[in-house]
Amino acid sequence: MKKAWLAPLLSALFFALFVGVWYLATSAPSGGGAAPDMDPEYAALMGAQAQAGGQSAMPGPGEVAAKIWEHLSDPFYDRGTNDKGLGIQISYSIARVLGGYLLAALVAIPLGFVIGMSPLVYKALDPFIQILKPISPLAWMPLALYTIKDSGISAIFVIFICSLWPMLVNTAFGVASVRREWLNVARTLEVSPMRKAFLVILPAAAPTILTGMRISIGIAWLVIVAAEMLVGGTGIGYFVWNEWNNLSITNIITAILLIGLVGMLLDHILAWIARAISWRE
Amino acid sequence: MNASLAPVVTLRTQASGDLDDAPSLASASSAAKKGLTTMTTQPFLKVEGLKRQFPQPGKPDPAPVFEELHFGIERGQFVCVLGHSGCGKTTILNILAGLDEATDGHVIMDGREVRGPSLDRGVVFQGHALMPWLSALKNVEFAVRSRHPDWSAKQVREHAVKYLELVHLGHALDKKPAELSGGMKQRVGIARAFSIEPKMLLLDEPFGALDALTRGSIQDELIGIVEATQQTVFMITHDVDEAILLADRIVLMTNGPRAKIAEIVVNPLARPRVRETLHQQPAFYTLRNHLVDFLVKRSREFQPGPDWDPKHPPLVHPGQASQSA
Repeated sequence: MKKAWLAPLLSALFFALFVGVWYLATSAPSGGGAAPDMDPEYAALMGAQAQAGGQSAMPGPGEVAAKIWEHLSDPFYDRGTNDKGLGIQISYSIARVLGGYLLAALVAIPLGFVIGMSPLVYKALDPFIQILKPISPLAWMPLALYTIKDSGISAIFVIFICSLWPMLVNTAFGVASVRREWLNVARTLEVSPMRKAFLVILPAAAPTILTGMRISIGIAWLVIVAAEMLVGGTGIGYFVWNEWNNLSITNIITAILLIGLVGMLLDHILAWIARAISWRE
Repeated sequence: MNASLAPVVTLRTQASGDLDDAPSLASASSAAKKGLTTMTTQPFLKVEGLKRQFPQPGKPDPAPVFEELHFGIERGQFVCVLGHSGCGKTTILNILAGLDEATDGHVIMDGREVRGPSLDRGVVFQGHALMPWLSALKNVEFAVRSRHPDWSAKQVREHAVKYLELVHLGHALDKKPAELSGGMKQRVGIARAFSIEPKMLLLDEPFGALDALTRGSIQDELIGIVEATQQTVFMITHDVDEAILLADRIVLMTNGPRAKIAEIVVNPLARPRVRETLHQQPAFYTLRNHLVDFLVKRSREFQPGPDWDPKHPPLVHPGQASQSA
């Protein structure tokens, strides 16, 4: 602990090393003669690009930094369907994730409570959960598009379905494994079922439930990018796909960084809540 | 010693419906001690023919942990059950608490059959069973609030604080269980059980996990609080000295399975009992030897004699018998 600055220093060193290698790799002259090797037909298709000597579209760290600065200085511009600020796109994604996620929590936590309380219900629902849980959330997409007929809501549904299982399973597990002695205390005190549920079982199972919620938000954030690539229109996933079509690697890298940052932020918020409600024996 | 083994007087009259007026010597002496004038043949708590079988796969009729248990507890009496692990002591307590159900037999407390848990019986659990997300005060308040749902927050708090102060934890009200030592946790457990002012207190080896010094000081606190509240107590222990210090009656159980009550020992030591001087009382070693002798030898070898009747386990007065011998 006495050298608390050592780890951050090492992190900075790794970062500098990475940027350095990146810089060297992208600034190296591209083999001297890309154009002569190029297939003539392809060269014709490429037009001006071929004249440039087949230069890589991979940007250097300087270009990316400039792009990030550009996006940061104006995150919320809106110039039509295919040209919206990064801030707008990420807001769409966060809204979808939170919508689907909160809906899933509303369903999963009460249902998990019931499953955890009743071994019978648990056994009855277990085969369904076992089969539904491993399905890739994107596999639901066509079904959702067909039945819901709205691509935006379909994306939310996909988030809902992928956030559901970890919360459901963890809530059921947490509720089922509440210490017998606490339940016995509640029984000897003739505590009413509602008081027992909210004052004994819920706090006892809260750390396990929060673990499920944290896993869910992670998965939801992973899935939203893929879902928006499929659905299109708005969102950070669509942005990435759109920039791929524009072959703007700089924008893609910027978006990737942003996705990572927001994911980390969401995870940290959940971790913070988990710490606040966790208890120690 | 051998004279002391003879039953001096039986504890109770025959069946539940029997209204025989003759009070037993046992209830008379206990009632006199607690200053009660009314005497009945029905003890405050009555256990009749208790038996508990735990289902075992492949065995249609497994050996019961215990069977044919009959005993009574008078109001204000402190009764300890002494026996080895496996004789079903905790199971008996759970049945008295209403947390477990007997395979056969029943428990009657204050004229009513025990069915399910009730606020009339406070339980101190083997582990402290405190809720780790609540502070010491909130743990006790949870119990007080359960007992008195109509009380204001201030009333609940004051009542809880009163009982925590009785176990000398007034300085640790806002500490979470994780911040308390083992002894302090158990004291919170005791305060919680007393705070609901139950008709009867059930203690399941409450001091088993504590070191000797801590155990001694909490036993002293327990004596003080029991004497102050005139609480009826049923306590499980495997510690002979604890039983001698605390109990009016000591129920001796044979080893399980098919554990039985071999006899009920009347503690002859005068109250108030003080740990430091207890062993100087003349009857102390007679009693202690009797109990130790039972635990090391007779609990294992016990064979019901022709006079032994499970409905009336012999009531033994080791001190008296040795004095007369």
